[in-house]
Amino acid sequence: MTLFNHSAKELQQLLHSKEVSVSELTDEAFRRIGKVDGDVKAFLALNEEQAKARAAELDNTPADQRGPLHGLPVGVKDNIVTEGLETTCASRMLGGFDPIYHATAAKKLDDAGLITVGKVNMDEFAMGGSTENSYYKKTANPWNLDYVPGGSSGGSAAAVAAGEVPFTLGSDTGGSIRQPAAYCGVVGMKPTYGRVSRYGLVAFASSLDQIGPITRTVEDNAFLLSAISGHDPYDSTSFDIDVPDFASALTGDIKGLKIGIASEYLGEGVGEASRNAVKDAIKVLESLGAEVEEVSLPYTKYALPAYYLLSSSEASSNLARFDGIRYGYRAEDAANLEEIYKKTRSEGFGDEVKTRIMLGTFALSSGFYDAYYKKAQKVRTLVRDDFTNAFEKYDVVIGPTSPTAAFKLGEQIDDPLTMYANDILTIPVNLAGVPAISVPCGFDNGLPLGLQIIGRHFDESTVYRVAHAFEQATDFHKRMPEIREGLEQ
Amino acid sequence: MAAITKDQVKHVANLARLAITEEEAEHYTEKLASIIEFAEQLNEVDTSGVAPTTHPVPLVNVLRKDEPAKGLDRDLMLKNVPEHEDGMVKVPSILG
Repeated sequence: MTLFNHSAKELQQLLHSKEVSVSELTDEAFRRIGKVDGDVKAFLALNEEQAKARAAELDNTPADQRGPLHGLPVGVKDNIVTEGLETTCASRMLGGFDPIYHATAAKKLDDAGLITVGKVNMDEFAMGGSTENSYYKKTANPWNLDYVPGGSSGGSAAAVAAGEVPFTLGSDTGGSIRQPAAYCGVVGMKPTYGRVSRYGLVAFASSLDQIGPITRTVEDNAFLLSAISGHDPYDSTSFDIDVPDFASALTGDIKGLKIGIASEYLGEGVGEASRNAVKDAIKVLESLGAEVEEVSLPYTKYALPAYYLLSSSEASSNLARFDGIRYGYRAEDAANLEEIYKKTRSEGFGDEVKTRIMLGTFALSSGFYDAYYKKAQKVRTLVRDDFTNAFEKYDVVIGPTSPTAAFKLGEQIDDPLTMYANDILTIPVNLAGVPAISVPCGFDNGLPLGLQIIGRHFDESTVYRVAHAFEQATDFHKRMPEIREGLEQ
Repeated sequence: MAAITKDQVKHVANLARLAITEEEAEHYTEKLASIIEFAEQLNEVDTSGVAPTTHPVPLVNVLRKDEPAKGLDRDLMLKNVPEHEDGMVKVPSILG
């Protein structure tokens, strides 16, 4: 058993009534990780000494100075830099990299009294949908260890599902928070582009990347997003706009709300189990008084190819910084500068990262720029307009988070197009920059399915309100995978 | 015609400062060709008169006061540098 089947609110009550101390909660995280992570393999680095010292400090904070997340343990995706705690992006390129500053989101975790217990696994540089592209280890899905946890924030989702920590941060460029949250039966939010500072998030595709929370419950998710949001002078694309107390939006009341069900999200390429789970979800939402109608997002199909051109183009530029000179891996025995670059990058990057760098370099190269890169940017406008049009009539748009439940480890890794197709329902959201959440909505052969709820720019509050109402009317979130606590690793 | 030829892949790898073997060139030609062919379905979309999107939430002219602030400490910045000397980053000779 784990203490982390409790919500943040319940854990806070346990702290308040002194049934547990912050130190005991921190110890519980390391105990649970020690018992199950040999199977789940969610963590890349642990921060035990610093976390325990911090817990002892936080135990002394007076009760009236404690926020909703005070003293609770959190895991951080390994592409978010953490001062003094190794940050690798699950790449050989950054093995041993010891950041000299905190990402803004990591600093905000500290400020909220959260305790970072470690860094969690991911696809190398966040490129992938199964976490199998990690250079270090393959994370398992806690619901069935033969299956992938999804990706790229697979470690973030698996750690929460396995009860190792109650919260994690992930990052989402094309679905990398929502898809693993769906596969692992937890709640994952990609906020509006510009809601959370990207300072200290190792860049993959700068016009798409966002950091967001993965949690067991919608309310916990709202607490965590409030804590990490806000304008940051170090990220000029972060928006200077008020950060609401998202938890106060969870009224349970969605009567009269207008919900569009995206017809393309129930069409070609989407499995029957996902379709049926969403149809059941529609009945639940209708029973709560919402008005649900079909809406068309006609350019959905073109979002995936546009995304791969745009995100790879941005990646080819962003990853040029890894040259073996100022940080990270440096190849040995290079005779000159040119050779240092080439050997370092060839040895430091894995197959998928090289594929995307080359794809992006190609799409941006002379003679192909207009046909590929610029064309994709124009299609991005049409995908964005789809949402603008839908939100003229509907408060939120819903659909499945992914076409199917999780697949087996090793099953799709050699087939890039099949792997990419898992993201067809999450990618349009990143192209448009709107917020979207995945909440548990069913099971297929014992593996979780997710309902995706998409909102207007900066209207995470309504997204949370709908997600919370749905969650409270169902009990999918109450189920936890049974993971045997093995011998101490 | 293939969406991308092996020679183009070698050219692109060189531009991206990636050394690839002959065998890898074949692997990436096949992998990239399938992705590029897939991407070519974008040609079905009529984008005449459509403006390209560079950023999802448009922002223009983000300004701030030009106030000096303390930068990072030099010794700290050298912490992750593989090779350095006298406070400077060291690279091999670049003049042949």
